[in-house]
Amino acid sequence: MLSRRNLIAAVAFVAAVCGAHLTFAQDKSIVVASTTSTQDSGLFEYLLPLYKQKTGVTVKVIAQGTGQALDTGRRGDADVVFVHAKSAELKFLAEGHGVKRYPVMYNDFVLIGPKSDPAGIKGMKDVGKAFRTIKDKQASFISRGDRSGTNIAELQLWKNSGIDIDKDRGPWYKSIGQGMGAALNTAGAINAYVLSDRGTWINFKNKGDLQILVEGDKRMFNQYGVVLVNPEKHPNVKKDLGQQFIDYLISPEGQNDIANYKINGEQLFYPNANDAGA
Amino acid sequence: MTMRAPASDLPIIFVEAGILVGELTILEKISLLIGPGTPTVLIGPNGSGKTTLLRAAMGMIPVTRGRVTWGGREASPPTRRAILLQRPVMLRRSAAGNVRYALGAAGVPRAEHEQRTADLLALVGLEGLQRRPARRLSGGEQQRLALARALARDPAVLFLDEPTASLDPYATKAIEDVVRVITARGVKVVMSTHDLGQAKRIGGEIVLLHRGRLVETGQATEFFANPSTQEAKKFIAGELLV
Amino acid sequence: MPGNVSALHLVLTGDPALYAIVRLSLIVSLSAVLFAALIGVPLGALIALTRFRGREVVIVVLNALMGLPPVVVGLAVFLSLSRSGPLGPWGLLFTPQAMVIAQTILVAPIIAALTRQTIEDLWVEYQDELAAMNVGPARRVMTLIWDARFSLVTALLAGFGRAAAEVGAIIIVGGNIDGFTRTMTTAIALETSKGDLPLAIGLGMVLIFIIILINALAWGARRAGERYAG
Repeated sequence: MLSRRNLIAAVAFVAAVCGAHLTFAQDKSIVVASTTSTQDSGLFEYLLPLYKQKTGVTVKVIAQGTGQALDTGRRGDADVVFVHAKSAELKFLAEGHGVKRYPVMYNDFVLIGPKSDPAGIKGMKDVGKAFRTIKDKQASFISRGDRSGTNIAELQLWKNSGIDIDKDRGPWYKSIGQGMGAALNTAGAINAYVLSDRGTWINFKNKGDLQILVEGDKRMFNQYGVVLVNPEKHPNVKKDLGQQFIDYLISPEGQNDIANYKINGEQLFYPNANDAGA
Repeated sequence: MTMRAPASDLPIIFVEAGILVGELTILEKISLLIGPGTPTVLIGPNGSGKTTLLRAAMGMIPVTRGRVTWGGREASPPTRRAILLQRPVMLRRSAAGNVRYALGAAGVPRAEHEQRTADLLALVGLEGLQRRPARRLSGGEQQRLALARALARDPAVLFLDEPTASLDPYATKAIEDVVRVITARGVKVVMSTHDLGQAKRIGGEIVLLHRGRLVETGQATEFFANPSTQEAKKFIAGELLV
Repeated sequence: MPGNVSALHLVLTGDPALYAIVRLSLIVSLSAVLFAALIGVPLGALIALTRFRGREVVIVVLNALMGLPPVVVGLAVFLSLSRSGPLGPWGLLFTPQAMVIAQTILVAPIIAALTRQTIEDLWVEYQDELAAMNVGPARRVMTLIWDARFSLVTALLAGFGRAAAEVGAIIIVGGNIDGFTRTMTTAIALETSKGDLPLAIGLGMVLIFIIILINALAWGARRAGERYAG
């Protein structure tokens, strides 16, 4: 059994396995920590091949909740963070983990609910009123509960409606700690309300009985920002390639590419890199 | 068979040897000389210590009292000894594979394996069954294969523990024939048996054990014609020795 | 078209993205089984054949480790491989190599525990004969492993099943990056969260089919081996 022939075969096999791993090596690449909502909207599947074609740089996206994505940046495991929670991004900068924040694009949030609309909020123009109604009627509401940009926006809306959600929550408020897709699936399964970003909603394939019930309120505005992770704190950050990606996103060309991303003719994201206050 | 190594294991001498396992005395005050020549046959009831004595003579278990010497030496590596255990276990290989394994374990160079395997299988009458998985051989065939395995070690002394206990007469004859052949070639055979007829056919020297003690020894014809001790007389007459 | 059909369509038209995902799944899981076997088989054999203080405790712990929660292993590996972790300088986080590491940790106890049991059982059978043939310790181990090889293959398949089916560890350490660390299971998780349930189910069926195929190949190899056993 320990013949030379068997030994050579075994070594060749192990070498083949290791060789297979070598095919995974690539040249120019960066790691971008972004959010599940952005990924679920399909933006990256559209944008990144374009970028690669133009520059030859491979962008590897880790999609997590905004909180997680920023933590990934804090640990130095990503070169760039691309999220949608301005307050959290500014905190990230204040801590010294990021170099500079650039606004990139915005979309809006929509309040999704079942066709049967048990709380009767369909068509309301005031999202605060809608939230208050949901709470008063104790209608089932799904919260992402994952420190994502959407989650932060949701909590902000409760606050804006004059509700202290930590105090006033009850069994009707279900915090699931997962991404947007999972939240929409859950809402559809139990006929509940959920706040979603429009991008994910348009791309979502399991809508079932769910529909948009409240939209358009200015407070449902959702701004995306991009930040280069600070190479002084994390020397392994690929700062040139990372900055190149950021420059692309805010360039007229990149902004145009973003605007051209449509599903069924509907535009998902509105570029606004030149809006200094965004 | 090849030339024997200069340092012979024979005679194997037990001097007041005893083996205790825990509180149990398995062998007691065994003084015995196993010398070259015709086979030595151990007889005696179950539990009399035949298996233990064989294993001790093989060197597989140490004596707790007294001593055993091989050719005058207190310790001797078992390179020229081999044993066929009471219930031999077939390795999960073919018949030829089992023999080749034994050859390899005995340090025989690979180049000689094929020829030696063929010779050994022919010796025990298993020529056609080279490639049969050993576990699928019949009881008699497995016993013969185990014998071939033991002989692969080219032993000067071969121990056999009740080799034909569960075999039909045809298979029994096959084994006994091999014993005769190798004895003629100069291998010393030490075997235990339940079958007094076999003892008469094969022996050589007869050694009667009872309750771990050596009761009587003698040349086969003398022993069976004129046993000295009471126990030997009763045993030969077919009575149960308790 | 509905997801299950579209999944089948992807398979039949040889969609490169799907094949890349399948290829990655197989490379990661098979590599993990290989490395886990290199660790687990000798370890299991060693425990089976040696006696030492605390041996029973080791065996109980080894058996218990078969049930290591994948997500816990994933988290531990993630923290180790993170740039701010002890093995940060290796830069392995979010790579297929990290996934192999995590799955090797999951699979090695399974292979070790099953090897131990198999070798110990065979040792009980072979002990006397190998002693009678004066076989030394090194050769003893190799004989047992070789003669038990078919049962050991079953242990490897159990390990492969565990690796191919899990998602908790590899999604954390791999990051489910499109084109790099997206395997069948993580792709299914993603499509589920995007709401494309029929596609997720379709991919699931492809995964199950592949696992059955691997098992069938192993079974065939075993039968062929048995026929030529010698």
